[in-house]
Amino acid sequence: MSEKEALFSKKNLQLLTDPLSSQNPITVQVLGICSALAVTVQMKPAIVMAISVTVVTAFSNLIISLIRNTIPNRIRIIVQLVIVAALVIVVDQVLKAFVYDVSKQLSVFVGLIITNCIIMGRLEAFALGNKPWPSFLDGIGNGAGYGVILIVVSFLRELLGSGSVLGFSVIPEGFYNFGYANNGLMVLSPMALITVGIIIWLHRTRKRDLIENK
Amino acid sequence: MENIINIFVKSIFLENMVFAYFLGMCSYLAVSKSVKTATGLGLAVIFVLGITVPVNYLLENHVLKEGALVWLGPKFENVDLSFLSFIMFIAVIASMVQLVEMVVEKFAPALYSSLGIFLPLIAVNCAILGGALFMQQKEFLNVGEATTYGIGSGIGWFLAIIGIAAIREKTQYSNIPPPLRGLGMAFIITGLMGMAFMGFSGIKL
Repeated sequence: MSEKEALFSKKNLQLLTDPLSSQNPITVQVLGICSALAVTVQMKPAIVMAISVTVVTAFSNLIISLIRNTIPNRIRIIVQLVIVAALVIVVDQVLKAFVYDVSKQLSVFVGLIITNCIIMGRLEAFALGNKPWPSFLDGIGNGAGYGVILIVVSFLRELLGSGSVLGFSVIPEGFYNFGYANNGLMVLSPMALITVGIIIWLHRTRKRDLIENK
Repeated sequence: MENIINIFVKSIFLENMVFAYFLGMCSYLAVSKSVKTATGLGLAVIFVLGITVPVNYLLENHVLKEGALVWLGPKFENVDLSFLSFIMFIAVIASMVQLVEMVVEKFAPALYSSLGIFLPLIAVNCAILGGALFMQQKEFLNVGEATTYGIGSGIGWFLAIIGIAAIREKTQYSNIPPPLRGLGMAFIITGLMGMAFMGFSGIKL
């Protein structure tokens, strides 16, 4: 990083905020959907997953950016995979040590962070051509953009599917007595896709410039 | 034999990679604009899953598991390398993909030119690593079962991507609200296809 540039200059702040909306990794860049949908049945695993992905993205961006001039171009994919896999192993061990039940719930999806396209996508598109500090911010921004979608989807699915938020029931008992029932379909996998589809729809209705031409 | 057929059908329909676990969604959404390219990628996925799952199975059972290194001598009895499984699996996948690419290029140039760019991309397809990780969880009894699982889930992925590519080709002629065009519609179609596939649940062989 050049010394003249402030740590949080306008350009750097934009790296943090752009991915939250106009450059959102899930709804605009179409990256990292694989794991995004499977962990959103409840909010707790979704939040843990969002934090893990943010950490891995930020640090892999930082490391790759530090050694970007020494990686031979032909084997860069393998180098990236090894660094990401090492970081994911660390995250996996930490999760197993401190939040064992959530780690069981996430099962294979912690391992699948390795092939999460957000990470590879940001490494290829940003970290290979930028200095360490902006790359680190870019990683955090993209991880957070991913997290926002994850949390919104899991909030809706948990609220409508099992009538609770973060494990606490929020729908009053009286509702059930009057015949309100939890929508079991929201817990099943197809509704995750449809929920994301609707979020994309709303997002693009507000931001018209994102609309795809046929 | 019955067991093998059971695993095969289960991995294609009940535990479909795309509809039940959302694996390989990135390339699934990006490459499903025409049936022709979708077929190429689908075939490549079947091919690579059919090879990497059994290889990873052998690696898991003869190197990584607790006590798997016994064949080196009795003092390795308590060695547990399973924390290394992620990095080993991804290394195997990346190198197998490279190897497959070279072999196909040498012996089947026609197939190589039709698969072309898709082969290297597969190394980072979540469906491949997902196949290996699910294999680890399911604890198959022998290599035959693991191979069946690999090929079966590859075929499941293949069916899914062909299906959505065909539907997306048709939706070009329909009048969709502009904000829903493209990505949004692809998600909703996939959701509906997933519901259709849920009709298979409960099948027992």
